[in-house]
Amino acid sequence: MSRPAVSIQSVSKRWTPEGRAPVLALDNLSFDVAPGEFIVLLGPSGCGKSTLLYMIAGLEEVSGGTIACDGEPVTEPSAERGLIFQEASLFPWLTIADNVAFGLAVQHVQPVKRREIAVETLKRVGLGDMLDKKPDELSGGMRQRAACARALAMRPKVLMMDEPFAALDVQTRARMQDFLLQIWRDSGASILLVTHSIDEAISLADRVVVFTSRPGRVKTIVPIDLPRPRESRDPRYHAYRDLFTELLADEVDRAFAEQEAV
Amino acid sequence: MTADAGQTRLGEAGAGRPAPKIKPPLLSPALRRRLSAIGWGLISLSLFAGLWEALWFFGMLNPLLLPPPHLFLSDIPGTLKFFDRSNRIGSVASGVGVWPLLFTMGSTTLRVLVGLTLGFTCGVAVGAAIHYVKLLRNLLLPTILLLAPISPVAWLPVAIFVFGIGDVPAIFLVFITVFFAIVLSTGAQIESVPKNYIHVARIMGASQRQTFWKVILPAILPSLFMTLRLNLFAAWMVVLIAETVGVGTGLGQITSMARSTFNAKLVFFTMAIIGLLGFLSDFALRQVQNKMLWWIAPNQGAAR
Ligand SMILES: Nc1ncnc2c1ncn2[C@@H]1O[C@H](COP(=O)(O)OP(=O)(O)OP(=O)(O)O)[C@@H](O)[C@H]1O
Ligand SMILES: [Mg+2]
Repeated sequence: MSRPAVSIQSVSKRWTPEGRAPVLALDNLSFDVAPGEFIVLLGPSGCGKSTLLYMIAGLEEVSGGTIACDGEPVTEPSAERGLIFQEASLFPWLTIADNVAFGLAVQHVQPVKRREIAVETLKRVGLGDMLDKKPDELSGGMRQRAACARALAMRPKVLMMDEPFAALDVQTRARMQDFLLQIWRDSGASILLVTHSIDEAISLADRVVVFTSRPGRVKTIVPIDLPRPRESRDPRYHAYRDLFTELLADEVDRAFAEQEAV
Repeated sequence: MTADAGQTRLGEAGAGRPAPKIKPPLLSPALRRRLSAIGWGLISLSLFAGLWEALWFFGMLNPLLLPPPHLFLSDIPGTLKFFDRSNRIGSVASGVGVWPLLFTMGSTTLRVLVGLTLGFTCGVAVGAAIHYVKLLRNLLLPTILLLAPISPVAWLPVAIFVFGIGDVPAIFLVFITVFFAIVLSTGAQIESVPKNYIHVARIMGASQRQTFWKVILPAILPSLFMTLRLNLFAAWMVVLIAETVGVGTGLGQITSMARSTFNAKLVFFTMAIIGLLGFLSDFALRQVQNKMLWWIAPNQGAAR
């Protein structure tokens, strides 16, 4: 077997907010992501999913354990590990093409080459005719695709997405999921995607990592054995949905019970 | 039953009637908006002037104290001679022409411009330095917080003690007017740059310097420009004050002379010029803002 793209071993994270008691956000988390695998992270609010992505990205330090990508321990951010946020966070002062070329500019790639890569990447995400538009001239879905293009232009090995479609309407969301699967196939990158939507998890994932409520641990990992494209009419799809609903309900109940006990 | 217009049945979606032709308007909307703005501006001004003239006409105003526009604008050659360069308070020079007036306007405008530019750049530099270097913050911030609320006018004696009579005290006063505001605003704005912008820069491998020039500066520039514009009128006020006392040339000096020689016509003429210049400089700054901050829609302002 090949080396895991991301290897998370006994990782924990303790936040120490100023003037308040420390919070254990993640506790002894372990799992591996295979190269080219599509992982969805599912869990109750506040269980540390975003925190985990930030640590894999190298934006936050782990409090314990190790995270390695391609065998190398993560010590600082790298464009090989792209991160996409719920809000597209494109720079409003750059055109779409310049936004996509931002990482290349930072790394001193020649302007002509930069433009070439940006154009090509934007074509891949279906924004070939939006090159010189301003970000706020685009719809939410287009902005999110441009943000994908910005990450993809750096040829990442791992693409992380923190609730990327949560702010989009239902129709756009469905289109974006198809779009993402296509991107995933032709980039060959591993994807780690956080979502609150059980349907999104079932439609996209190779494996779904279900978290417990805070402190976040791995409750269980569920492989989705359904051929793509996945049909929501499939009875097995329903079985998965029931399974995840039950798993999450447990955790949400537990979280509420704890809050009342405090 | 006939199908109602506007109702779509299954299977016939998109069976469109030809869209009604829309006549292109005679003037483009932008031009129309501009013309209407100018129109209302003229109406507003004429109303004001008309009221003033009417009060004079009915003998309710003393034309020596409050001469209406047609009086202080009529004798322009007579008024212009007060602007002669060689002119000093109390003396009336013989040379008459429009150049001395333009020179006077130019020197006042230049002082404002230089003061604003210096204040803005130094303000951003000091504000950023204070934000990033902890030692500087600890050393400078308390003093800056103490000095910031002092009215620029209170600096006038200091400026004259230190720089003597000349251009510098006037420029210094303008500088002070924007400097502290920009320093404090820079710090606050850097603080509020969206965290995701910084995250993106870090992931892409940007150095601290690249992050500042390529991300933080463009992110805070709109608000800084807003601060600059808010302080523009204050800058015009202080430059006039400085000129009445510490410089000896410029529009402020003319007003001061007009006051001491009881020349009401000259007072109002100069006031009109000052008003016009203030308006034009705000307009110019807005144009610069639209050019430099091209990503912000013009009517949206920079109020973000
Ligand atoms: N910068 C921070 N400083 C202190 N505590 C933090 C910080 N970021 C997150 N936390 C805490 O860590 C815990 C996990 O937060 P995180 O944002 O990772 O959860 P999440 O699973 O992404 O939640 P959601 O689904 O609501 O986005 C929360 O209790 C949160 O309050
Ligand atoms: Mg989150």
